[in-house]
Amino acid sequence: MSDVLDRPATKPEFNSVGTRPVRPDGIDKVTGRAAFGADFVMPGQLHGRIKRSPFAHARILGIDTRKALALPGVKAVITGADFPDLADEMIEGGEAASSTRDMAFNVMARDKALYDGHAVAAVAAVSPAIAEAALDLIEVSYETLPHVIDVEAAMATDAPVLHAHLFTSGLETRPTLPSNIAARHQFVRGDVDAALAAAEVTVEARYTTKAVHQGYIEPHACVASMTADGQAQVWSSSQGHFMVRTYCAKVLQLEISDLRVTPAEIGGGFGGKTVVYLEPVALLLSRTAGAPVKMVMNRDEVFRATGPTSGGVIEVKLGASRDGKITAAEVTLKFQAGAFPGSPVGAACMTALACYDIADFRIVGWDVVTNSPKVAAYRAPGAPIAAFGVESAMDELARKLGMDPIDLRLKNGARDGVKASYGPTFQNIGFLETLEAAKAHPNYAVPLGPNQGRGVAAGFWFNVGGESTAAIHIGEDGSATVATANPDIGGSRASMALMAAETLGISVDKVRPVIPDTASIGYSMLTGGSRTTFAVGMAVVQAAEKVIVELKKRAAKIWDTTTENVAWKDGKAVCLDPAKTDTPPLTLKGLAGQSARTGGPISAEVSLNAQGAGPGFGVHVCDVEIDPETGHVKVLRYTAAQDVGRAIHPSYVEGQMQGGAAQGIGWALNEEYVFDAEGRMENAGFLDYRVPVASDLPMIDTVMIEVPNPRHPFGAKGVGEVPIVPPLAAVANAVRGAIGVRMCDLPLSPPKIRAAMDAKAG
Amino acid sequence: MSKIHVTATVNGDPAEFLTDPGTTLLDALRDELGLTGSKEGCGSGDCGACSMLLDGRLVCSCLVLAAEAEGRRIETIEGMAHGGELHPLQQKFLEHAALQCGFCTPGLLVAAKALLDAKPDPTEEETRYWLAGNLCRCTGYDKVIRAVLDAAAVLRQERRAA
Repeated sequence: MSDVLDRPATKPEFNSVGTRPVRPDGIDKVTGRAAFGADFVMPGQLHGRIKRSPFAHARILGIDTRKALALPGVKAVITGADFPDLADEMIEGGEAASSTRDMAFNVMARDKALYDGHAVAAVAAVSPAIAEAALDLIEVSYETLPHVIDVEAAMATDAPVLHAHLFTSGLETRPTLPSNIAARHQFVRGDVDAALAAAEVTVEARYTTKAVHQGYIEPHACVASMTADGQAQVWSSSQGHFMVRTYCAKVLQLEISDLRVTPAEIGGGFGGKTVVYLEPVALLLSRTAGAPVKMVMNRDEVFRATGPTSGGVIEVKLGASRDGKITAAEVTLKFQAGAFPGSPVGAACMTALACYDIADFRIVGWDVVTNSPKVAAYRAPGAPIAAFGVESAMDELARKLGMDPIDLRLKNGARDGVKASYGPTFQNIGFLETLEAAKAHPNYAVPLGPNQGRGVAAGFWFNVGGESTAAIHIGEDGSATVATANPDIGGSRASMALMAAETLGISVDKVRPVIPDTASIGYSMLTGGSRTTFAVGMAVVQAAEKVIVELKKRAAKIWDTTTENVAWKDGKAVCLDPAKTDTPPLTLKGLAGQSARTGGPISAEVSLNAQGAGPGFGVHVCDVEIDPETGHVKVLRYTAAQDVGRAIHPSYVEGQMQGGAAQGIGWALNEEYVFDAEGRMENAGFLDYRVPVASDLPMIDTVMIEVPNPRHPFGAKGVGEVPIVPPLAAVANAVRGAIGVRMCDLPLSPPKIRAAMDAKAG
Repeated sequence: MSKIHVTATVNGDPAEFLTDPGTTLLDALRDELGLTGSKEGCGSGDCGACSMLLDGRLVCSCLVLAAEAEGRRIETIEGMAHGGELHPLQQKFLEHAALQCGFCTPGLLVAAKALLDAKPDPTEEETRYWLAGNLCRCTGYDKVIRAVLDAAAVLRQERRAA
């Protein structure tokens, strides 16, 4: 069941926006023709493979590649020593800034291997089998070191230190000793200690989550070709081919203009493909071997060496009055960053209390390096972890106050004019409407049976705008090509086509969206931060508007009148010249057909830096039933309500909401990185790292609330990330309702639930 | 290590290729025959992205050796549409927006076709269990299940009309 609730008085009439056409790339994707990362083949290509550390923490004493190089068919072997030395420089990515040096050291280890799976060498050979055989011939001497993976253990003063140069930032005084604590973040308003002391009701608990992987089904893959003069091309599946270009150029010290990156179709990313792993290695192998090199990860490598997001500790204390007004909140967040600094704990701090209007609070976040893969962005990075703690605590508070959990959130929810906990003042947000919609949904009134429980949780994500380029070319027949620079990860071609069609006033089937390579269109930030439909869509609309200006000029020329006397209406130029009232309108097709005579081809490219992304809020309601014998949790019903601004293609908006909810349910119930005593991942495969399958889930009901974003031509807000923020707590709160015990440690696996039920029974 | 010569029927057409004894059917079809519609998501039979029909039986082709295909009938995503005409499952996946990234889609379609070939009127629960071997990380399965059930209805109607 899907509903669209909006404010009828403000709903403009659209012809294309808000409709549900078949996506432009659909047939390729249902017939197997769409070419993903591993589907691309270059003539004469070699096959690259990576040798990885079997140790969680080890000094690399030496690497002997001679035997591997001597194997017939091997064309190149490289190690960290073959990469340029880099200064430490921060570069802005899609959702987080990264240190180029750390990125280079993650791509290929230098003096130390920092996690099980860390790349230590790579080989290119004439066949995958020979490349694989060559890996075994590379001899690496290690001195193993004590390792640490648990976040609080890594913070301890006696923990093994990963980086001798790492001194905690964000403290009042610079520490004298290096540690694994990369940074401390703090957000404070008012006097939280006094407010907590004065609160009539308080709740307090400590929550934990485990590292989880984005779990895209397509492993990382690329083909790279680089010549001795430094000219290079990459074909790869990523969330941003301009991102690949920037990072490869940095890691290998190349000229940006020497590097051309062509996007493959991308088989899922969820933030995990916002960094480079293979591309710089493939480029260097290609330059060394003198031939193109193809590299494809296997699933074991994806788990051990890419992603995941942080495991975390979330300590929450809330204070409220007896009538349910929250007066104080204290939140402490400790996040695993993996082998290099840069967990999403900063974003987690900023989002932790963003749903609520609280006078006094203190939020402290700790970014901690650990001997596990360097975390990558994962859908609303950090926010689900913080929300698990805060929204679980909200549920406890509602129980203690005897309030309906939605009513408690309505009483304290952020609304227009409220100064957000992270700084700005909210405008045009739809959180309260979203709460009301969840409350009004029939699912919220379904009676619960034995062993069943209902959980409510809310979630927030900023959404971003950013640098974006779009170009529109009008064909001689009046059809339009819309070129944008953002890989289409979940249907964005469809929304680009709809926005172009709406603006130009033509049918969406006359619009063909394409995604050209980095040499063929201006720069765009990657597909991430829920920014594409908002920011790139803005560029598309502005490009279409420029095209319309040009079309009006052409019509004016044909009609021998001024441009002011031409209007663009429903895809046609209309003559407003009072002296020429009988002039029939000129269609886009008619104008395009005469373009050679009126000034040449009609096209426009717009590059902008989009501002004003509207923040998004979601409210999820989850019903579960516990099997008292096994502790298994069955999700019976799931409802996701969200303020989407304006649904450009509603089916793909619903899809984002449903997919995010499913990922969050997996995070809550099943998914976790499991390490053995030596720090090796024990479940690096889909059999043991269990993502939700079709039989685990019910239909996921969606309610799209449309509170338009005035900064976007059609009111769009980012929608892709918000839906993964509420589910962790929504599920845990439902389990609390079903078994009467608060579960604070994810995942809520059957043995843990059985143990909690047994403990309660005494 | 000498190569093995394999002759098989692929999507109704004769096909032959040389393969190493250890090569999977998935790799042989992708690398030797250029049929890249079937995907490798895990290589261990856990994700279903490589689903094919082998003599009508649904298999993970990453778990089948190419040499085992000798003399057998293989159906892949590339054979699902007839000329320009999409199979009702493909059409319904498009109409229901039952794909986002599209990577798991070929495997899901092949597996769903095997279901509907065997069981023209599956319940939602039967469909969910049948497709439990096909991981999709984007959609949450909602629209996938709706598309399969809708396609089943279309196919039943076509059968009645025929």
